[in-house]
Amino acid sequence: MLKRLMQSVREFKTPTILTLLFITLEAVIETSLPFITATLVNLIKDGAEMAQVLQLGGLLVVMALASLSCGGIAAITCSKASSGFARNLRHDIFTKVQTYSFENIDKFSSSSLVTRMTTDIAHVQMSFMMIIRTAIRSPLMLIFSTVMAYLMGGALAAAFVVVIPVLAVGLLLISRKAMPAFRRVFRKYDRMNESIEENVRAMRVVKGFSREEYEKEKFGKASDDIAKEFTFAERIVALNTPLMNFCMYFNMLFILLVGSYFAVNSGGTTVDVGQISAMLTYGMQILMSLMMLSMIYVMLTMSAESMKRIYEVLEETPTLTNPEHAVCEVKDGSIVFSNVSFKYSSAAKKYALSDIDLTIPSGATVGILGGTGVGKSSLVQLIPRLYDATEGTVTVGGVDVRDYDITSLRSAVAMVLQKNLLFAGTIKENLRWGKPDATDEEIVAACRLACADEFISTFPDGYDTKIEQGGTNVSGGQKQRLCIARALIAQPKILILDDSTSAVDMKTDALIRAGFEEYIPSTTKLIIAQRVSSVMHADMIVVMDGGKIADIGTHEELLKSSEIYQEVYQQQTNGGAEHE
Amino acid sequence: MNKPKRPPVKKGTLKRTILTVFQAYPVMFPVTLLCILFSAVVAAVPDVLIQKIVAAIETWQPAQDWPSAAKEIVPMVIFLAVLYLLALAATALYTQLMAVITQGYLSKMRRKMFDGMQNLPIRYFDSTKHGDIMSHYTNDIDTLRQLISQSIPSIIRAGSVVICVLGIMLYYSIWMTLLVLAGVTLMFYVSKKFGGGCAKYFLRHQKSMGATEGYIQEMMNGQKVVKVFCHEQDAQEGFDALNDALFDDSYRANCYSNILGPIIQNIGNILYVLVAVVGGALLLTDVPNISISGMPFTLSIVIPFLNMTKQFTGNINQLSQQINHIVMALAGANRIFELMDQEAETDDGLVTLVNAHIAADGTVTEVKEHTGKWAWKQPQEDGSFLYIPLCGDVRLTEVDFGYTDEKQVLYDISVYAEPGQKVAFVGATGAGKTTITNLINRFYDIADGKIRYDGININKIRKSDLRSSLGIVLQETNLFTGTVMENIRYGRLDATDEECIEAARLAGADSFISRLPEGYETQLSGNGANLSQGQRQLIAIARAAVADPPVLIMDEATSSIDTRTEAIVQRGMDQLMEGRTVFVIAHRLSTVKNSDVIMVLDRGRIIERGTHEDLIAERGTYYQLYTGAFELE
Repeated sequence: MLKRLMQSVREFKTPTILTLLFITLEAVIETSLPFITATLVNLIKDGAEMAQVLQLGGLLVVMALASLSCGGIAAITCSKASSGFARNLRHDIFTKVQTYSFENIDKFSSSSLVTRMTTDIAHVQMSFMMIIRTAIRSPLMLIFSTVMAYLMGGALAAAFVVVIPVLAVGLLLISRKAMPAFRRVFRKYDRMNESIEENVRAMRVVKGFSREEYEKEKFGKASDDIAKEFTFAERIVALNTPLMNFCMYFNMLFILLVGSYFAVNSGGTTVDVGQISAMLTYGMQILMSLMMLSMIYVMLTMSAESMKRIYEVLEETPTLTNPEHAVCEVKDGSIVFSNVSFKYSSAAKKYALSDIDLTIPSGATVGILGGTGVGKSSLVQLIPRLYDATEGTVTVGGVDVRDYDITSLRSAVAMVLQKNLLFAGTIKENLRWGKPDATDEEIVAACRLACADEFISTFPDGYDTKIEQGGTNVSGGQKQRLCIARALIAQPKILILDDSTSAVDMKTDALIRAGFEEYIPSTTKLIIAQRVSSVMHADMIVVMDGGKIADIGTHEELLKSSEIYQEVYQQQTNGGAEHE
Repeated sequence: MNKPKRPPVKKGTLKRTILTVFQAYPVMFPVTLLCILFSAVVAAVPDVLIQKIVAAIETWQPAQDWPSAAKEIVPMVIFLAVLYLLALAATALYTQLMAVITQGYLSKMRRKMFDGMQNLPIRYFDSTKHGDIMSHYTNDIDTLRQLISQSIPSIIRAGSVVICVLGIMLYYSIWMTLLVLAGVTLMFYVSKKFGGGCAKYFLRHQKSMGATEGYIQEMMNGQKVVKVFCHEQDAQEGFDALNDALFDDSYRANCYSNILGPIIQNIGNILYVLVAVVGGALLLTDVPNISISGMPFTLSIVIPFLNMTKQFTGNINQLSQQINHIVMALAGANRIFELMDQEAETDDGLVTLVNAHIAADGTVTEVKEHTGKWAWKQPQEDGSFLYIPLCGDVRLTEVDFGYTDEKQVLYDISVYAEPGQKVAFVGATGAGKTTITNLINRFYDIADGKIRYDGININKIRKSDLRSSLGIVLQETNLFTGTVMENIRYGRLDATDEECIEAARLAGADSFISRLPEGYETQLSGNGANLSQGQRQLIAIARAAVADPPVLIMDEATSSIDTRTEAIVQRGMDQLMEGRTVFVIAHRLSTVKNSDVIMVLDRGRIIERGTHEDLIAERGTYYQLYTGAFELE
């Protein structure tokens, strides 16, 4: 997994390696500082010449400056490396998602993809930075400081033999114990936040039923429960500080006592005051490095989850691929379903479609009718190969859809999705999605056909009106008409409207359909609708029920033969939908 | 030490925060603070002792006389050990206490916030973004946690160490102290300078982060549209441009914040060296020492000074870092207090709703148990009570209303709904249909006119009782995490399982619920994500049914259901509506056709009223809507 993620470092290998290099240099210099200071202190104590003192002092200042430059360079390269790594990861995920089929997208859901590209990447970037800055530095500091301490202090370094294992084991135990506790807390915490959100969203229901007190009690329990678990987790982590202090204090006492013993007894030959002071510094450095290491350990385990989630996206295999020797031209708009069955994922038990046989001649207008969840959308989504049929074949223009180049097929089959979206940008920019090089005339023509021109021209900025993200500044009916226009611009051989006029009033709906008959007669039109009036004039009406085709025929035929059709028609005409 | 923009903080927030912690833990909190203080002061002691020990070493070293030296040194080390033990105990105690206090306090704040929020008027929820409300519970509480569990202890600790160390330094030598202070000043200057640059790039980073995340969100949500139009290439290009800009800003912002660490640390290192060199120089040149203690300048002063320099710079650094955190945390605390200080919904209604027994002659007596009959209990001036049976007669007379003072939404609305009548409102979005229902259950209060319920002015009825007598089913069904049964019981908390199932049967929901894997015990989550829209709506109707209210408000209850499902839902609704006063708002005119009276609203005024037949005959707006000439938006 790590290896796969590391592939995204690419051109930022150099700054990564430079960071490691300079961090190492910085650590080396920093650990030798106390050593030289000790020599200086001893020099001063022995009453050496001023020149000598200054010389050594000068060396120390130079070393500090060198350490500063190393640290500074490392800071810059490390920022570059980690930001760059994050950029490449984001790019790679985005690119990967572009190759996804609908099935892949369904598997992840768009909100989870967003989290993976934002929060998860931020976590990984943070830990990458931590690793290249401290994961090398801390163990290095640990080793250097220990070695230096032995070189200088000899017997005094025995203190570390006691302290290092105690602290290391202690920290490890604490983080091992704390981590699952924290994970549990965070999960509960998420749930509590969800329930707050639920409460805020449903405030009208809460108040409508006067359930304020009930909600308070429910929340109070949840909040106290979290507090209890959180306290437990934090109390484990709180052991860190006393443990650290214990080691520090032990070090201090040991070095002071044993150090002064040696210093006095040896007359300053093996250990002197300079060494004692240096040993205190080394002690601190060692303890700090251990502390950092335990922090990294915690952080890595925490971000392991994020890494896993990113890895999943990168490793997902797109379920649809372009065939070799693909057919690049769609001859006409005829569609044939033969013996088609379909389910959304191989794991699903229920088929969304079964035993579909349907032949649609080029240029026909086909209405598709049925309740929610009977498979209307599933059926049409097989035509531009948004999904592959599980069994059977779908052919367009006489060729199996799986033999087409996907881009060519989808350009010839324009589909207006049920859950449709406009994107941030002007109306014109949105419409050009259908055909990037569309002329202004083509755009206006398509909008006329979709009855969108009439309201666009009332906007002060006309076709240059900005659409907000998600298309919130146009009404539902206007949005649907724009989406239809966007599909029309490509001059497709097949046009599929998946319940795309539900918010459009009936008069306009009828106008749009009449326009289709007049201006794009050769295009095959598939219209999914709730309203009988939207499909009753079609050449062929397909009534679906439970994933199967229940009846096929014209309006008149179905009124005689189809029970479902009769029922729906009755209800809608009685309900006043048709009052002509 | 980055400084993102500092939000304004009201004066007194810090005081209020600390005060509330004190109130929550009047004993534990002061004890914790004392423990922190004690452990911090002990941290400064070795500096004094090291000086004495080094002096002792110097004295006895020439003679190599350890026994004599030990007489001086060992007691000092033992003294230090005892102090350390005490400090260790204090540290262990305060860290544990702090964990308890922090979480307990946060829970208390959360509950206070939530309790306060339940009592806020609907106006607050309509005018505040839900994301903003949520961020009080997540981000703001989180900064508060930082403040209490980390910032306060470390400020106290670092502050007292700085003061102690400064005192000891002055005690030893003023020259050397000045040197250290000069170094610290430089540190401050540099960090301020870098902090400024950091803040600038930090803001830019956040901005481009926002832009990129917005784009990601849009594209991921629209991924299917992208696929349908084979727009992958363009989407990729748009993304890469934003992604590259984000990289630039992220790189710069990180540079500033990463580089500050080594700089501050190495200024500390240089200062350390300078202290050694200057100390040595002072020793060699015999400059007279100036100090509080008046002791001569010796090596035994230089050595502890080295240690103190480290301590001093380290703690100053910590202090300056904490200041940023504190400002951020106070901004969070400020927002939390703001939510708590929001004015609660006022309720001065005195008329309450009671279970009643209605005798054959019409006399009403109040009873404790649930009888299915209700009465309004109205206190009289002489202290007695007047009982009025609950019938469901709702009258609005010449009502004017606006959500803000500037913009009036409703003009001169008069509606009379007699018990058992069905009143429908029809009109475009923004015509004021929902607003009228908002006034009946007093989510908002009217500006002018009268609303009477069974002859009582609704302002005189206690809000919770008024709302209990009104059932609502909204277009947006909001179900809660829990079982189906719990969701239905939400309508009346003391309803038995049988009553809930009966209500579901009435609403036509029983058949699909019993087909769910675990029937009524099926867990719902994410607003009933595992159910279809129609099924959710049926549960919401059952929820209203179990409450058995005399008056029902149905706001677009069936608009997002397909016509076939609607037919099923409609049957449930019709059964539920029987014998109740119903206000219904509907998009599809088929649902309102059989109403006793239909009101057509246009821009806040009732422009047509009458039965379906009347209005069709009138050939006005209703007629046009009905025949589909208009688009209802």
